[in-house]
Amino acid sequence: MSTEAPTHRAPAWILAAIPLSLLAILALLFLAFDVPGLHRNGPPIEQIAIERTELHPGVIELRVRNDGPDAVQLAQVVVNDAFVAEASLPADPIGRLGKATVRIPYLWNEGEAYEISLLTSTGVTIAHTIDAAAETPTADAGFFGLLGLLGLYVGIIPVLMGMLWLPFARRARAPVVRFMLAVTVGLLAFLAVEAVVEGIDEAGKGAQSLGGASLVFLGAFLAYVAMTGVDGWLSRRRQGADGWRVAMLVAIGIGLHNFGEGLAIGGAYAAGALALGAFLVIGFAVHNTTEGLAIVAPVARERPALRRLLLLGLVAGVPVVPGAWIGGLASNPQVTALLLGVGAGAIVQVIQQILPSLRPKGATRGFEPLIATGLAAGLVLMWGTGLLAG
Amino acid sequence: MPPDRTKLTRRGLLGAAAGAGALAVVSGASNGNGSAQPSAEELATKHPHGPLHSGARGHVDAAVNGFDPDAVLTDFDGGTVTRLPNGRTLRTWDVVAKEKEIQVAPGVTFLAWTYNGRVPGPTFRATEGDLLRIRLTNGTGHPHTMHFHGIHPSAMDGIPGTGPGGLVEPGASFTYEFDATPFGLHLYHCHTFPLATHIHRGLYGAFVIDPKTPRPDAHEMVMVMNGFDTNFDGANEVYAVNTVGFHYMHNPIKVRRDELVRIYLVNVLEFDPINSFHLHANFFHYFPTGTSLTPTELTDTISQVQGQRGLLEVRFPYTGRYMFHAHKTEFAELGWVGLFEVA
Repeated sequence: MSTEAPTHRAPAWILAAIPLSLLAILALLFLAFDVPGLHRNGPPIEQIAIERTELHPGVIELRVRNDGPDAVQLAQVVVNDAFVAEASLPADPIGRLGKATVRIPYLWNEGEAYEISLLTSTGVTIAHTIDAAAETPTADAGFFGLLGLLGLYVGIIPVLMGMLWLPFARRARAPVVRFMLAVTVGLLAFLAVEAVVEGIDEAGKGAQSLGGASLVFLGAFLAYVAMTGVDGWLSRRRQGADGWRVAMLVAIGIGLHNFGEGLAIGGAYAAGALALGAFLVIGFAVHNTTEGLAIVAPVARERPALRRLLLLGLVAGVPVVPGAWIGGLASNPQVTALLLGVGAGAIVQVIQQILPSLRPKGATRGFEPLIATGLAAGLVLMWGTGLLAG
Repeated sequence: MPPDRTKLTRRGLLGAAAGAGALAVVSGASNGNGSAQPSAEELATKHPHGPLHSGARGHVDAAVNGFDPDAVLTDFDGGTVTRLPNGRTLRTWDVVAKEKEIQVAPGVTFLAWTYNGRVPGPTFRATEGDLLRIRLTNGTGHPHTMHFHGIHPSAMDGIPGTGPGGLVEPGASFTYEFDATPFGLHLYHCHTFPLATHIHRGLYGAFVIDPKTPRPDAHEMVMVMNGFDTNFDGANEVYAVNTVGFHYMHNPIKVRRDELVRIYLVNVLEFDPINSFHLHANFFHYFPTGTSLTPTELTDTISQVQGQRGLLEVRFPYTGRYMFHAHKTEFAELGWVGLFEVA
C-alpha cells in the first residue's frame, strides 16, 4: 500500500460520498418518473389529524395536518349534524404532512359538546370531538399571571419546601440517608414511567406520520445522552463535591420533567379541561414536595451554600411556568410527547447516577431489605400523591 | 369551571336557522352575557351571510354531474309511445345501468350506481291500462334488476329467483313488461342483494301512473327524498331531495301565486327509518300513494317510511319564499331543505 502514490487515490470522503450521490440520483429519478412499474394498490388513503382546537367567540378553529400518504381535499364542514356553509377550508388539497387551518363560524355554547366532521372530496369523514367547549385563552397579562401563579403553587413552592428535609437528612445516620435516597429513586422511577405513559397518550392525539409514540423514546434517548454529557462536564468542573453534582443532575432531570408537566397543565387549561380547584393544586403540591426530597438526599453529607441549594430548587421547579405558558398557547402533541420523553430520559440517567450510593461502601450487587423497602415506598408514595392531583 | 349556560340553545339556533333561512336574519337570537357569545348584531356584521344560514359551502355544477335537480323536478318521461292493434297504448323505455361519479354536496363526490346516468333515475309516467316495456341493459360490473312497485306477474318483479328478469348480469339485457296499474304514485329500484347497497348507491326512481280521467291541471314536480352514505359506515352523510343537498336552497323552486302545485313525493332513504316533508306557512292536501282522488288530510307535515310515497296539492296564497324540509331537523341541516319562491 505504501508503494502506491497517494496522488492516484481519491480522498476518503469522495469514496464515502459515492453511495450517497448514487442514492440521491436514484431518488431524483424515482421522483421524476414516479417509480415506473409500481402502482398504488387501492383507493387513496385520507388521514387528517386535528392537532389543535381553538375556540373564540362565535368561531371554532381547527389546526389540521395531513397524516396520510396522499393529498386530501377538504370539501365541507359539519358541526353537530349540520353543514356550516360559512366555514373556510383550504382551497387546495393538503399535501403529505401539510398543515392547514379550518375556520368555522359557529355560535358555540360554553360547556357543551361538539361533534365536528370534515367531509373530504371523496366523501370520507374526519371526526373530531370537543368534549366541553371553553374559550381558548389569549396571550394577555391575565393568562401569563394565572399560569405563572399556578406554576408557583404547584412547582416552585413545593419543591423548595421538600428541600427543607435537608436538616433532617444531615443529622440522620448513614443507613437512613441511603433509605431516603432509595425513596428518591422510587419517586424518580415512577415519574419516568408516568412521563412515558403520558407522552405516548399525548403522541396518540397528533399526526402519527411524524413518529407518534416513538417520539417519546427519541426524546428520552436524546435526553439520556445529553445528561451523560452534562454529568461529564459537571464532574470535570467540581471534583470532590460528588453529592452536589448528583443533586444538580437530579434537579435538571426533575426540571425537564416539570417542563413537560407544565406543558400538559397549560394544554389542559387551554382546552378548558383543567379544573383549577384546590384539589388539583394540593395534589400537585404534595406530589412535587417529594421531588424536593429527591434533590437534597444526595447532598445530605455535604454543606452546599444556601444560594446553591436555592439554585437547585429553582432549576427543578421553575420550568413548570414556561411549560404551562407554552402548553397553553402553542403546544402541539408531537412537541409535548417529545418533551415528556426528554423528562423521562433525563430521569433514567439520574437514577443511574444515584443507584451506586444506595449500597454500603464496597457492595456492588443487590440491595439491603431496608433499601428495597425504600424503593418500593418511593414508587407507592408518588403513585399515592399522584392520585390527589387526579 | 362552572358551565355558563347561555340563553341561546342549539334548539333555539335550529329554529332560528329554519325561520331565517337564506335570508340570514339572526334577530331573536338573544345571547345572554356569556363571554363566548358575541351579540347577534356583531355576528351579522362579521358574517354578512350569517352563521345561522342553512346550506353548504359552494355549489354543485350540474354540468359536471350530467343532470340538474331543477330538470329532474319536472322531466316526466312518457317513453316511446305506439298504439297496439287492439287500441292500447304501448310505452317503451331503454334504461342502461351505469356507474357514475356524482357530486352529492359541493365538492363531495360519490361513486353512484345509476339508471341512465342520473340519480334518481328517470321518472316513468304512464296512464292506467297502458302496456309498459322497460328494457334494462346492465353496463356495470355488478348484476342489477328493476323492481317496480305495482301489480304484475312474478316473472316481472325483478327479484332473484323469478327468472331472467330477477338478475340481469353485467352486459346482459332484459325487458320488463307489465300493465300500468293501479293508478297512483309508485317507485322502482334495484332488488339485487345486498339490497341496502344497491338502493342507496342510486338505483331508484319515481313511477307515476295517471288515472284514466286525468287529475286537474297543475304545476307538477317530482321529489325523491334520498341520502348518501359517502363514507360507507351505514349512516348518511348527505340528505336531499333529488340527490344534491341544499340544491333548492341555492335555487328556489319558482311557482306562481294561487296556481295548483302538485308534488309527487317518494321516500327511498336508506339507513334511517323515517323521512318527512314539512312546508312552511302553507297547508297541502295529502293523497297517500295517489291511489285515491280524495285527500286524506289537510296538513303541513307528513312522514313516510322507506318506499312510501304520496301526492301533495297546494296553492300558495301569498308571494315570497317558503321553506320546505324534513322535519327531522338533522336531515334538514345535512341537506334536505329547500325553498319555494312564489311570485
